[in-house]
Amino acid sequence: MKSCIDTIQDYGLRAIGIGERLLPRSDFTLCEQFTLIGSGMIWNIYFGLMALVTGYFLAVTLALGKSASNPWARKPAEWFIFIFRGSPLFIQFFFAYFFFLSLKKSYPMFDMLTSAWAGALIVLFMNTAAYSAEIFYGALRTIPKGDVEAADAYGMSGWPRFRRIVWPTMMRLAWPAYTNEAIFLFHATTLVFFSAFPAWQQRGDALYYASYFADKTFNPFVPYPILAFYFILLTLAVVGVFGVINTRLNRHLPAERRPKMRLRPNLMR
Amino acid sequence: MFSYCTDPDTLDTVRWFSCFLTNGVHLSFYMSFLKVLVLLLVTAPVALAVGFAGAMATRATLPPLRWLGEGYIAIMRGVPDIAFFLFFVIALDQAFEWTRHQILCPDWTDPIRQGNDFLVCPDAKLPLGRAAEWVHQTYSFFLAVVTFAIVFGAFAANVLRGGMRAVPHAQLETAAAYGMSRRQTFWRILVPQMWIYALPGLSNLWLILIKATPLLFLLGIEDIVYWAREIGGTKTSKFTDYPHGDWRMWYFLFLLVFYLSFTRISEILLERLTVRLSHGQATTGGEALRKEAAA
Repeated sequence: MKSCIDTIQDYGLRAIGIGERLLPRSDFTLCEQFTLIGSGMIWNIYFGLMALVTGYFLAVTLALGKSASNPWARKPAEWFIFIFRGSPLFIQFFFAYFFFLSLKKSYPMFDMLTSAWAGALIVLFMNTAAYSAEIFYGALRTIPKGDVEAADAYGMSGWPRFRRIVWPTMMRLAWPAYTNEAIFLFHATTLVFFSAFPAWQQRGDALYYASYFADKTFNPFVPYPILAFYFILLTLAVVGVFGVINTRLNRHLPAERRPKMRLRPNLMR
Repeated sequence: MFSYCTDPDTLDTVRWFSCFLTNGVHLSFYMSFLKVLVLLLVTAPVALAVGFAGAMATRATLPPLRWLGEGYIAIMRGVPDIAFFLFFVIALDQAFEWTRHQILCPDWTDPIRQGNDFLVCPDAKLPLGRAAEWVHQTYSFFLAVVTFAIVFGAFAANVLRGGMRAVPHAQLETAAAYGMSRRQTFWRILVPQMWIYALPGLSNLWLILIKATPLLFLLGIEDIVYWAREIGGTKTSKFTDYPHGDWRMWYFLFLLVFYLSFTRISEILLERLTVRLSHGQATTGGEALRKEAAA
């Protein structure tokens, strides 16, 4: 019977390959389950955070593309958004994995794309970019006409107008919905190791370990609530951070006109 | 399928594909599309009913019932949906078996949970060990439907609750002024009017439900994802008359296109339904229709 500190030392970073190599096989303690599932959260946070940060830039580009009058910019953006929003993320993972696999066969330099940390990240990046782009596009269309007219009157145009007027307003209007998207992106990261991407050396995410325990003990009532606990913490953290940014984005508005953050479950993939 | 399919090695490309795409496993593959559609058609009304019950619970006057409804909605939203899918399939199965065990084998003294095993008496097993293969499949499909209904019921409850809140309060006050009871107001005034307010959310939910169907694969059902993986993998001439390389990418591309067209068609149909339901409603959509007709 090991103490819990030992278990944390052995398995705390197991998901990224540091510590004990063999997973516990029998007589699972509560501590082991908490530690391993928590260690799996590293992957969920990695995928979510990286996809969110990189996807943001593509999303803004796509939103601008979709609202452009030039069809050469609009059509590709529309199709990109439609393809990624209209099909299940699960199928996108599968397709991408097998696509990368055949790419690797012809060009060995694409080797890393078949591992989850790069391949799945690309899918999540494009997926979240498409969903966020739709949100930003909606916000772009609801920017008050007066704001843009005032910018024109001051002689602003092009990049300065976008940077100083359009972009901050777009962010402000889109932020509550974008918070939602971030939460559901973190939830979507649990799909990675249940699609085709292999969990190399059993380095998986939180749900991977939770289902490992559920399969071994045939008792779903312990690991899944632990997973739920971690995800509720993560959700609260995301809401907290995004809430701070929301306050900052709206700091020039009187308190009663600031948009409230409300969670809506309409962005599941 | 076709008469010339007896010796596939000798065929030209077009005929080879016509034989390949109609062989036994492909027919199972096509049948699994039917499975997905059946799941959708069964789950959608069940989830709607569960959601309606949940939304009603949140409006209950009895506090515990209200907390139950609100807790149900809140928990489902905070946790990834696949965690629920994986959880409920085992949990429901064990709940059913445990209940049957208590009823059918009252004399059984051994504990049900022994270490890592979940042991109920043979009579309480679901489905029974001696049951036919189709019973096993139907049972797992049934579990999947219940799981989907529970998860999507929470989303539907949230949407319907919003719809109920959006019905103008004056309507309910008028009903009360006419001397209708709470129950009458609910069924005769609130429920008929709430649908148009709930429709955008419900359409969204339908699209989400379509996109959640591949998760059937995680519930251990031989669905389209299962068959696409199975058939698409490399086959040598040892195992099949139709040897081919790794075609899984193409099978999943096909699934991608299938889902894209399915969601697109649904979107178009739902848009039409919205227009239809907007007739005579006190919303901007209904007003626009009225003006159009008058002009």
